[in-house]
Amino acid sequence: MYDFAYHKPSSLADAAKLLADPDAKAVSGGHTLIPALKHRLNKPSALVDLSGIAEMKGIRREGNAIIIGALTRHVEVANSAEVKAAIPALAYMASHIGDVQVRNRGTIGGSVSNNDPAADYPAAVLGLGATIHTNKRKVAADDFFQGMFTTALASDEILVAVEFPVPEKAGYAKMKNPASRYVMAGVFISKGAGGVRVAVNGAGPCVFRQADMEKALSGNWSANALAGISQAADGMNSDIHGSAEYRAHLVGVMAKRAMAAAG
Amino acid sequence: MNVVTPFEGIGASVRRKEDFRFLQGRGAYTDDADKPGQLHAWILRSPHAHARIKSVDISAAASMPGVVEIYTGADMLKDGVGGLPCGWQIHNKDGSPMAEPPHPVLAHDKVRHVGDTVAVAIAATRQQARDAAEAIVVDYEVLPAAATMAAALKPGAAAIHEGVAGNLCYDWHIGDKAVTDAAFAGAAHVVKFDLVNNRLIPNAMEPRSALGEFDRTTGDYTLTTTSQNPHVIRLLMGAHVLHLPESKLRVIAPDVGGGFGSKIYHYAEEAIVTWSAGKLGRPVRWTADRTESFMSDAHGRDHVSHTELALDANGKILGLRVSTQANMGAYLSTFAPCVPTYLYATLLAGVYTTPVIYCEVKAVFTNTVPVDAYRGAGRPEATFLLERLMDVAAKQTGIDRVELRRRNFIQPDQFPYQTPVALQYDSGNYHATLEQAMASSDWAGFPARRAEAAKRGKLRGIGCSTYLEACGIAPSAVVGSLGARAGLYEVGTIRVHPTGSVTVLTGAHSHGQGHETTFAQLVADKLGVPVAQVDIVHGDTAKVPFGMGTYGSRSLAVGGSAMMKAMDKIIAKGKRIAAHLMEASVDDIEFDRGTFRVAGTDKTKALVDISVAAYVPHNYPIEELEPGLEETAFYDPKNFTYPGGCHIAEVEIDPETGRTSVINFTAVDDVGRVINPMIVEGQVQGGVAQGIGQALLETCVYDAEGQLLSGSMMDYTMPRADDLPPVSVATHTTLCTHNPLGVKGCGEVGAIGSPPAVINAVVDALADYGVNHVEMPATPAKIWQIINSGRRAAAE
Repeated sequence: MYDFAYHKPSSLADAAKLLADPDAKAVSGGHTLIPALKHRLNKPSALVDLSGIAEMKGIRREGNAIIIGALTRHVEVANSAEVKAAIPALAYMASHIGDVQVRNRGTIGGSVSNNDPAADYPAAVLGLGATIHTNKRKVAADDFFQGMFTTALASDEILVAVEFPVPEKAGYAKMKNPASRYVMAGVFISKGAGGVRVAVNGAGPCVFRQADMEKALSGNWSANALAGISQAADGMNSDIHGSAEYRAHLVGVMAKRAMAAAG
Repeated sequence: MNVVTPFEGIGASVRRKEDFRFLQGRGAYTDDADKPGQLHAWILRSPHAHARIKSVDISAAASMPGVVEIYTGADMLKDGVGGLPCGWQIHNKDGSPMAEPPHPVLAHDKVRHVGDTVAVAIAATRQQARDAAEAIVVDYEVLPAAATMAAALKPGAAAIHEGVAGNLCYDWHIGDKAVTDAAFAGAAHVVKFDLVNNRLIPNAMEPRSALGEFDRTTGDYTLTTTSQNPHVIRLLMGAHVLHLPESKLRVIAPDVGGGFGSKIYHYAEEAIVTWSAGKLGRPVRWTADRTESFMSDAHGRDHVSHTELALDANGKILGLRVSTQANMGAYLSTFAPCVPTYLYATLLAGVYTTPVIYCEVKAVFTNTVPVDAYRGAGRPEATFLLERLMDVAAKQTGIDRVELRRRNFIQPDQFPYQTPVALQYDSGNYHATLEQAMASSDWAGFPARRAEAAKRGKLRGIGCSTYLEACGIAPSAVVGSLGARAGLYEVGTIRVHPTGSVTVLTGAHSHGQGHETTFAQLVADKLGVPVAQVDIVHGDTAKVPFGMGTYGSRSLAVGGSAMMKAMDKIIAKGKRIAAHLMEASVDDIEFDRGTFRVAGTDKTKALVDISVAAYVPHNYPIEELEPGLEETAFYDPKNFTYPGGCHIAEVEIDPETGRTSVINFTAVDDVGRVINPMIVEGQVQGGVAQGIGQALLETCVYDAEGQLLSGSMMDYTMPRADDLPPVSVATHTTLCTHNPLGVKGCGEVGAIGSPPAVINAVVDALADYGVNHVEMPATPAKIWQIINSGRRAAAE
């Protein structure tokens, strides 16, 4: 890696000040950023380590929502009694991210802000219709994910927590990339106060909602309702691990499996 | 007196002595030891697959912080540094030698693959060296690249090496073409089949590393390197590259974290650090990061073959024709030319009585990383071809695939068996390993398991491979006549110390195989010295007299045999000493596991009595015998050894995703006499893991411009624990007839026998989709493609 300054602020305000430098980068679990630095793919002027900021920690239930602090590690979400009781699909998803090392270090805030198209969390955030809390505002999931590795966050804006409405039912299924074990195609489905939501990750350049499936499931909440609905291959990712057609096909398969998991 | 427990000799699963240090993180690897005053090298590598170097500007880099020196190919050329040599010369069909273009340590005119070595920056820290390397400005004129053999062979393709017409390294053949063609003329069935053996990237856990040192006082050079054969590196680098006498060059290969073949070869970085250390008078070290490993370790496999099999009406094979293209990469790696010839085409009889075989092999230069031996080296390619071909032939002839194999097996009473492709097999029992594997895997009960899987919506398949391979490549005279530029013997020294403990010096090298245990067991078994009192020394040219190293499953068959020979000399000398001490005739002295006895009496001497007498020769036949108890033997085998056996894979395919799971795997191998069953089982398990990796997961992908797309673990699918089934490992032994231990070798059988078993099972699972072959790796996307197009075809 290249040289950089290292800061560990203890308040959101201090962190935001440090991040006013456009070449500074926030780091949380570091499981995406540190490998990129090691490969010299990124040359930040400074790393702003968020791990000392108390207000970004913890999991709590508030009314009909689960609020998860940005610094919460995947393993904590996976093991949280609160999450398991309210949104078992979210705990299940967190328990299947990467491997043990990734789950012990990686955080929800890092994953959601990074918006890797092949990451798991964006599907849960979009599929559950969560709300992103930042140090400046609240943003709906539908407005948050804007494209590959791009979100609504301004450069000095910090994701503080994610608020998940508790759904009636939810399920997640994914096919892993055989090499990286990132998501090749995943589908997160939920039914709740906001209606039916179907979010697809891995298959396209950014997590997206599958409108045809949402429509079909709104009328008939069963895997059978998905029969005959196919994801168009147009715009899907294509690489040495699978064609756009294959990924589009997998979206259909994973949607059925997510429905089976949702019950 | 030394007492050997019966649990330590041949046949005992002694726990691996070396694991105490490995499991505690106390192994001593090349990158571990810091040397006073050491410098760090970073290699600038080509970003282009094929380009002319117009200029190299080091001025900015040379003045960067911590930088000591920047060297380019021109500096090395000026200093008379030679190119990296090739250790094997193949001759073309017409008798002319293969094309053997130079392989510069640092490129000076052209770069020929992504990762090719362009310059080296040497600085106080690794980061500084890397920063400096990034500041070197190279002006490249990018040339058209040939990333595949098809592209390289296309008329008009850019020449990768000047003077190498058509990018063809050699056009070689073996067997009698006319006789083979005649056999086809009268055949009831002719099976034609094309297949690819996918290119693999070895990925040893420890990346390559090299440390060069130079002692100004003595003029001695020392290279510490991650090598499977330090003496060979000393010979190649000393004689061909740096022009140093062996006496002034010491090569140490300490603990090495896996090799699988990729650490056999003499690499540019070894010469760079040794030469630079001499220029600068300071230690210079280099360690690859994983990205460099992907683009600079020799790759494996990469064959494209067309094959034809002639059978009579009863399924008896009449003849085999094979035409293969083998990728050499951009340069000839140390043993590359022999892999697709003498380690491949000579194996095409397999376990079958095929009377005539003709094989031609075109070796092709491409703008890719050099390709050389990787676990199995040639034999996996031959085995995959044959064992897929048998299943395809079974389908075409309507004969059951197991029955077809049985009808063509070489029978147990046919040994020694001369094949039409040079090899003479000494022993084996292919029926026995087949029947044992079928029983163990419950082959007969498979239809019920398939039906049960179908109820769950899964496609279940079973496949077998009845394979044979050749280990311990030898004898030296024969390999010499086939183009080897080295001998293939091994060296062993047995040093019995005064108080009876033993140090063994061996030219074999352990980089995961457990030699320190297995070899100690040989000494325990033969000399009666406890394993704990036997130390195995390897990997240092200053300690071990000579050696050819470890590859091709040769260590026990060749290296172990050298030790046995040396121990015979120890015993012969010991008998003379014992005869003197016990005032008996030497002819009356018997020896058994540490005890010398006057035959028919209770007069005995222990080995320690003899060793004390040998080193403290007060009462000693000094007139006729030298003191000391140390013997060295060079063992040059009479033949290869021929392990073989049967592997059976059972798979389930999820037709919705195309994902294949190996449900269980059965290996019954004949590896000759087993010294340590636990270590053999571990070797087979590891080999099978790599074989399943090749069959289902791993493949090296270049794009058309020669950029490596599978250049990291994000895109190159290494097998992981959860990809692997329980592997049932068993042995069925027939002894090798020509080495003193009766051993054959177990290091590669897993990687050789397993890929066709897995693919045969995959094809079996897809039986309803009209498929007769699936190229490796059988990835989910590929399987889904097959299933999907099968469905589409059915719908139309």
